[in-house]
Amino acid sequence: MERLKSPKTAVLKILLHLFLVFLVGVIVFPVLWLVLNSLKTNQEMFLNSLALPKKWMFQNYATAWNKGLFHYFKNSILVSAVSLFFILLISSFLAYGLTRFNLKYSNFIFVLVLGGMALSEQVALVPLYKILQSLKLYNTQWAIILPYIAFRIPFTMFLLRSYFISIPKELEEAAIVDGCNSLQRFFHIIIPISKPVLASCAIVNLNFVWNEFLFANVFLESKSIMTIPLGLMAFQGDLKSDYVVMLAGILIASLPMVMLFLCMQKQFVRGLTQGAVKG
Amino acid sequence: MKKKNIAPYFYILPGLLMVLCFVYIPIIVNCVYSFFRLSSYSSSMKFVGFSNFKRLFTNDVFPIMIRNNIYYCVISLIVQVGFGTILALLLESKLVGKAGGFYRNVYFIPSLISLTAVGLMFSFIYSPQIGLLNTFLKNVGLVNLQQSWLGDKKLAIFCIIAMSQWQFTGYITLLMVVAFQNVPQDYLEAAVIDGAGPIRRAISICLPLAKEQLLVCSIITVIGAFKLFTEVYSTTSGGPGNNSQVLGLFLYQNAFLHDDMGMAAATGVLIFAITVTASIIQLRVTRSGQE
Repeated sequence: MERLKSPKTAVLKILLHLFLVFLVGVIVFPVLWLVLNSLKTNQEMFLNSLALPKKWMFQNYATAWNKGLFHYFKNSILVSAVSLFFILLISSFLAYGLTRFNLKYSNFIFVLVLGGMALSEQVALVPLYKILQSLKLYNTQWAIILPYIAFRIPFTMFLLRSYFISIPKELEEAAIVDGCNSLQRFFHIIIPISKPVLASCAIVNLNFVWNEFLFANVFLESKSIMTIPLGLMAFQGDLKSDYVVMLAGILIASLPMVMLFLCMQKQFVRGLTQGAVKG
Repeated sequence: MKKKNIAPYFYILPGLLMVLCFVYIPIIVNCVYSFFRLSSYSSSMKFVGFSNFKRLFTNDVFPIMIRNNIYYCVISLIVQVGFGTILALLLESKLVGKAGGFYRNVYFIPSLISLTAVGLMFSFIYSPQIGLLNTFLKNVGLVNLQQSWLGDKKLAIFCIIAMSQWQFTGYITLLMVVAFQNVPQDYLEAAVIDGAGPIRRAISICLPLAKEQLLVCSIITVIGAFKLFTEVYSTTSGGPGNNSQVLGLFLYQNAFLHDDMGMAAATGVLIFAITVTASIIQLRVTRSGQE
């Protein structure tokens, strides 16, 4: 439907691109400023934070990494891996149970679990703190893993359920004839077919777990088990006025999710648009 | 036949129990707590009726918090949802062409960074001595426009709001771009044949067909505004004074700094009432679209 290119549309096109590039600048400029200053000495940053570094201090990144960021990374990877594994396993079990058996209450259970999506973490904060304390889980990694799993099941179940419904029953009927039980059908038929949607669920949930702060801040106390978002705040206290190392730390901490997005855009966008929830 | 009866529960129970134990029960318990005086160190509880709510609503900080949450909500609706949607329409217009995907990704990327990282980053940007803003103003000779930004009583909350717009406008834009891409091409082609210009097409075809997504975006923005916590915690901690205080942070500070868990629970009930109302509307809307 290309129209004839009149001078008016050409001008419009240039103006529009200028505007969009300006917005790119608004997004990128603060980040570039951060990168620039993370490569300076503290003194230089104080003198003029907009000037180029005289001496490029790449060692700021090594300092940040060695001064604790490495441990926070390790903790985040552990917490994310365990949480993701259980979120996906439990949610796909739930979605499978709700779609493959004609249970009387399956619709009620679906609405009940889905309702969990409407409930915000803040409201559960105080009681969860008490519950985790009485379970002797406070200040252990389980104190955040369990709430992460529970709060992500509704969204994940919702996405998986609508996918499972679309899988033709005939595929499983053949397996039933061959004598497969429901667990075998789940692992050999349903899970392999659902890989794309599982990937979407995994990546959106990872984005949540990796960046989560509220629960981690309240339920973890020891530095040795802190995750990255929390570690960054602790890092700020430890470094006091070593600003440039702090900046390097912020950048290192932000990199993994951005890289992951660039590699797995399709799964990301699909997961986000099918279950839009913020934060 | 017995095996058949147990099987479904084997799949359903773990998930159901997790959600009940760690989502529903805490929220019910929170509502109970809001009528008691209790501390984080002991298990003793004293029934106080509506006194926690009374103290919350008559607190000097209460109008400030509500005002700040509403500022955040309204500005986010205008910038993220309003401007974000216009941006999505522009990115989908024929004038932008293939570069649209690139712009979209750049705008989206800030929403992938953790709230604390963005909070700390903007603490530097707003810093009076070394910050990007004041240094920039000095370099272009506008020293008289320099501010203490996050340290200013009136400006602090707006600095935080501006930071959130920077971070999340691209997120809404992405959601809206996908919604506009789902608009059937032949509708648009038919409109072109009828002589409708690009603005006309956007208003009469794209927006009405994407209205469900637009509503979802509005509602998640409203919910986000009343759940606001980390953005304020990592920049001003509610200060200076209590001028950038918000409900979420007030809850946290009462529970874990002032040891007033009853008051925190009452604040929780208020957040619950606001966010659940918004969520119910969202669930209605998303489900009505499927059926």
